[in-house]
Amino acid sequence: MNATIAKRRELKKMMPLLLLAAPGLLYLLINNYIPMLGVFIGFKEVDFTKGIFGSDWVGLNNFKFLFNTSDAFIMTRNTILYNLAFIILGTICSIFIAVLMSELLTKVYSKFFQSGLVLPNLISMVVLSYLVFAFLNSDSGFINLSILRPLGLPEISWYSEAKYWPYILVIIQLWKTAGYGSIVYFAFIAGIDKSIYEAAKIDGAGKLKQIFNITLPLLKPTIIILGLLSVGRIFNSDFGLFYQVPMNAGALYSTTQTIDTYVYRALIQLNDIGMSAAAGLYQSLVGFILVLIVNAIVRKVNADNALF
Amino acid sequence: MIQTRGERTFAHFSAIVMTLITLAAFLPFILIFVASFTDESALISNGYSYFPEKWSLDAYVYMYTTASTFVRAYGVSFFVTIVGTAVSTILTAMLAYPMARRDFKLHNVLAFIVFFTMLFSGGVVPTYMMWTKIFHIKDSLWALIVPSYLISGFNVLLVRNYYKNNVPVDLIESAQIDGASELKTFYRIMLPLSIPVLVTIGLFTALTYWNDWINALYYITKPQYYGVQNLLIQLMNNIQYLKSDQASSMIGVGAVELPSTAVRMAMAVIGILPILVVLPFLQKYLTKGVVIGAVKG
Repeated sequence: MNATIAKRRELKKMMPLLLLAAPGLLYLLINNYIPMLGVFIGFKEVDFTKGIFGSDWVGLNNFKFLFNTSDAFIMTRNTILYNLAFIILGTICSIFIAVLMSELLTKVYSKFFQSGLVLPNLISMVVLSYLVFAFLNSDSGFINLSILRPLGLPEISWYSEAKYWPYILVIIQLWKTAGYGSIVYFAFIAGIDKSIYEAAKIDGAGKLKQIFNITLPLLKPTIIILGLLSVGRIFNSDFGLFYQVPMNAGALYSTTQTIDTYVYRALIQLNDIGMSAAAGLYQSLVGFILVLIVNAIVRKVNADNALF
Repeated sequence: MIQTRGERTFAHFSAIVMTLITLAAFLPFILIFVASFTDESALISNGYSYFPEKWSLDAYVYMYTTASTFVRAYGVSFFVTIVGTAVSTILTAMLAYPMARRDFKLHNVLAFIVFFTMLFSGGVVPTYMMWTKIFHIKDSLWALIVPSYLISGFNVLLVRNYYKNNVPVDLIESAQIDGASELKTFYRIMLPLSIPVLVTIGLFTALTYWNDWINALYYITKPQYYGVQNLLIQLMNNIQYLKSDQASSMIGVGAVELPSTAVRMAMAVIGILPILVVLPFLQKYLTKGVVIGAVKG
């Protein structure tokens, strides 16, 4: 008797908090959890006359078919290689900027530079595609008409030559994210005890020596942790960067196709639901496993930085 | 701190290199800004240039005379951004607060539910099927607001940590001894106390909604629901769009060269404008958010 009363009281106490959380939970349930259950679509041959639930099970056929195409290899290779380039070059550029910024004499400067450098990261991929188009389009682009032509070099039709895009996309990504990425490192450098530098100065260490022997070694743990965390996301790509920026040009697919663009194209343009769902599940599963592995490693390096 | 000559040289070197890098960040923007004020014929013959042969206000005049399309897209973007951000911020705070209460039995269960959404996703296909076949969300303003962006697990955890670290437990207890209900404690005490972190996530969310074009790519087929970003895509995909009958009848003479390139650039400029306006204000909070986010996910 007493136990039930206590239970009821407990429930009454919990109710208001549960009510507060309810709308958000309901949203996550719908937006995130129902689609997780929906991964079974990858094992079906979807036929809309039968409905999604009534469609035939085909086992792993979608996956077998997917991995028999060259698409699977191309999109996996592109996704991983672009991410590796972004992680390595992005980290180097961000640290370079952060170190320079921390050497500026007045704070006003660094504020100004920071505003300027985060701007590229705040614009949409659509606007970014406009900026790129202004430089690269073959009829009126800045590079063809104002650089190559005056130099007497042959003009290039950028949107149909796949071989240039690995460089173009890496440059764009660095332009967009390096400044933003430097904020973290800048904040970290600002937090380093100044007396260490003073001591080094007394010992006769110049600026460059201080950077290489004090700043960078102290940054190392942060670099490793952030690097590892990005490796956990190596199977994901920014859909806009690989779809909108190359203007969805078919001639460029060999170097611009990533898993995310493939999933979209298979679903919306080719209407091949099975293929698209299989590729999506492939991405989610490998991504999930990668995060688990990376987290285990991060936990070993520094438990405070582990995600869980 | 006494500066040696070497140090001063290094500081100057840093300032120069940083100026160059910042310039590189700005130059592409300046190019489309200049292009939007360039005469169409100059654009066609010389291409995009920082120093156009002939300046012109045609693009902006044209946009002004055919304002309805642009105004509508702007309206859609503002509506989606404001409503999306407001709802998202409130729901995030409401979900985060119970998670921060250690005396709430389910707080760890909630935390796991939220956290797991950051680790695994069902992917595009099931999500798309659900929104279109079960909720029939296609071609509505809801399609721009609800899918994907309303609650981010990351933001919820950010706000929860803020409540955990910055709001003393005594405060909650004393409010409740004074007879305040849970809901009242939340609205009267917790919400106002968490304004700094809510502004931070609110800004990130607003930016997400303003810049989003992917929801419309999946769920919108009727141009009347296009916001600024998707109108830009449409203009880019269809250069001829501006030369449609409606457009040429507005100008009057069909033979007049429509400033199509410049108009697109002007539209892009106008699309960035709201971000530029709030940038100085944004920066402080963005910096804060990035640092918190990177150090502890």
